[in-house]
Amino acid sequence: MRKRTKQTRMPLGVVGLIVVFLVSFGILLRGATAQEKKVPSKDEKLKVGFVYVGPRDDYGYNYAHDQGRLCMEKKLGWVETLHAENIPESADVERVMEQMIRQGAKLIFPTSYGYLDPAINVAKRHNDVIFMHAGGFKTAPNLGTYWAYIYNAMYLSGIAAGKLTKTNKLGFVAAHPIPQVLGNINALTLGARSVNPKVETHVVFTGGWYNPGKEAEAANSLVDLGVDVLTQHQDSPIAVVQTAEKRGVYAVGYHSKDLQKFAPKGWLTGASWNWCNLYADLAKEVKDGKWKGGHRRGGLETGYFELAPFGAAVPNDVRDMVMKKRKEILDGKYVVFQGPVKDNKGTLRVKAGEKPTFERIEQMDWFVEGVVGTVPK
Amino acid sequence: MEARMRAITRVGTGQPARLIRLMGMVSFAFLAVGIFLWAFGKNPVRAYGEIFQGALGSTYGLTELLVKMTPFILCASATALPARIGLINVGAEGQLHTGALIATWGALTFGDLPRGILLPFLVILGFAGGAIWGSFSGALRTMVGLNETISTLLLNYVAVLLVEHYVHGPWKDPASFNWPFTAEFTEAARLPTFGSSRVHFGLVFALTAVVVLYLVLRKTRWGYEMRVIGDNAEAARRAGIPIGRYIVLTMFIGGGLAGLAGMAEVSAIQGRLRPGISTGFGYTGFLVSWLASHHPIGIVIMAFLLGVLALGGDMIQINLGLPYSTVNIIMALIFFIVLGSGQLKKMGA
Repeated sequence: MRKRTKQTRMPLGVVGLIVVFLVSFGILLRGATAQEKKVPSKDEKLKVGFVYVGPRDDYGYNYAHDQGRLCMEKKLGWVETLHAENIPESADVERVMEQMIRQGAKLIFPTSYGYLDPAINVAKRHNDVIFMHAGGFKTAPNLGTYWAYIYNAMYLSGIAAGKLTKTNKLGFVAAHPIPQVLGNINALTLGARSVNPKVETHVVFTGGWYNPGKEAEAANSLVDLGVDVLTQHQDSPIAVVQTAEKRGVYAVGYHSKDLQKFAPKGWLTGASWNWCNLYADLAKEVKDGKWKGGHRRGGLETGYFELAPFGAAVPNDVRDMVMKKRKEILDGKYVVFQGPVKDNKGTLRVKAGEKPTFERIEQMDWFVEGVVGTVPK
Repeated sequence: MEARMRAITRVGTGQPARLIRLMGMVSFAFLAVGIFLWAFGKNPVRAYGEIFQGALGSTYGLTELLVKMTPFILCASATALPARIGLINVGAEGQLHTGALIATWGALTFGDLPRGILLPFLVILGFAGGAIWGSFSGALRTMVGLNETISTLLLNYVAVLLVEHYVHGPWKDPASFNWPFTAEFTEAARLPTFGSSRVHFGLVFALTAVVVLYLVLRKTRWGYEMRVIGDNAEAARRAGIPIGRYIVLTMFIGGGLAGLAGMAEVSAIQGRLRPGISTGFGYTGFLVSWLASHHPIGIVIMAFLLGVLALGGDMIQINLGLPYSTVNIIMALIFFIVLGSGQLKKMGA
């Protein structure tokens, strides 16, 4: 018994020992790093921080931002970048941004939607640092947002899908029923139906941005349903593209054109980000003190996204058809979502001749005619 | 069953010599990872330097360390108290989520109440949310003999899915454009923070829990009876100690402590409920408790150590370009080496 009671006793000496151990360890190593940190170089580089919600090699959302970062760094010699991946949209992200600022970052890209509020909190504390948030709808004096209307490329991909589908069923594996995702589903469907009015799009929501297992499962059940073109809006599009190839159906890519290598046979085309120029422009503005806040938005003309290269499965006449439409969009002769657009309940959402504003598209909460199902509330 | 209970307490035998051994083993884990890093062409001294400097090198780092330690300590206490009588509560993660869930219900429903009434009420709700979840496993153990390790682990998934259901469904903020999170809490429902830092009142709960746990275990008859159960359940039963009641009660209080961590996380840090409020706090807490042999003061020390590692993970990413998983590898190695050597010793003895 006596021996047992000892169990709960931890002598002060031991506690002290542990503290001394840890602190001395810390001091020792701090000294070691202090030496390594050289004096800043003569021509001061602009430090730019990037925070990603997922892994940089997801061939999807985070990959696209990281490619933009690497390209910007290469393009501008005077930029040095910091990055952190797999940062959850939790309390952690504020700390990561604070630590980047402590490392000297003057421009930060919190690239995930859920980083908006934390970024605004950090922006309040550091008014000498500029923040550019991807896709947000709130701003602060030193926080702006950027996004591009990539659904235009989804519309164009839809044309190829509508031409090539034999079952007239497209499958869409989607994360959350938010406006950006709904916009892509709707644009794809409109594009497909512009060349093949019999097309229907079947949608599965996975309820998360990154869950390859669930995404593959959803893709498989869509194929079982008779779908012969698969696409997705997930942070990690590999699972759906690979499943498409395995099941012998066509794939439309999203986020990154480099996905093509996962579906050499079934690849049609897709929507691919290209953040390089935007990041370089923003870095220049910040360096020259010319940065202005607000929302930065744009369509095909910006080059912030592009139509991915066609796969071997796409015949030349279809390619020409898509490229012709692309030119029409670039020339302003056609606007995706221009009226009349009906939702899949029969309500007229955009009147004939009307061109909806970006604000309206960014608040979309309905499916266009041709999408099967209802938007989960 | 008794054999298992005894085995568990045996691993937790805590003596000064053991603590020194523990530090040795922790250092060994660091060394092992150091060699690993070195093999990949990274300077391990610099990596560890970044880790420690990230957490201890500035006031900001220190305050963030306290923010990180708060849920660690509460979830570790949730593991440590049932462990006293030989129960393995792997469910702090789930109990944290139900605590957050019930507290959020209170914050969304009664957001207009004055702060002085609302906040204590939310604290009670958070505690209750975790406590009910925990005592559920305790009750299953006493009534039908269902192993609590299994039930707490499985209920974790249920709790996380419950939270997801409410944020994707009934509680979704109508102004969020379908993004899965609840509306923001009113100012009255926000747990106060200290100064301009993010250190919040949850830290007071955590430290109070540790002190109370220490006193109860050391100084009261309850603590004594729990020790008896943990040492020899059969003897305890013959001595007339109500084992079943202790099982439910320790799971109730333990779960409640984890629930408090969840409440503090939504009320102080996030200001709303959303998926991913916890980055595995419950599991890290479990790790902390086992490393500390379920000793209250040891818990604070181990929470400190793992907190430093968790914060340092950001730094080695930002400054060295090392993946965050490096830190997970260090944590896993520490855990295996410490617990593994305990097992070896037991087998040799």
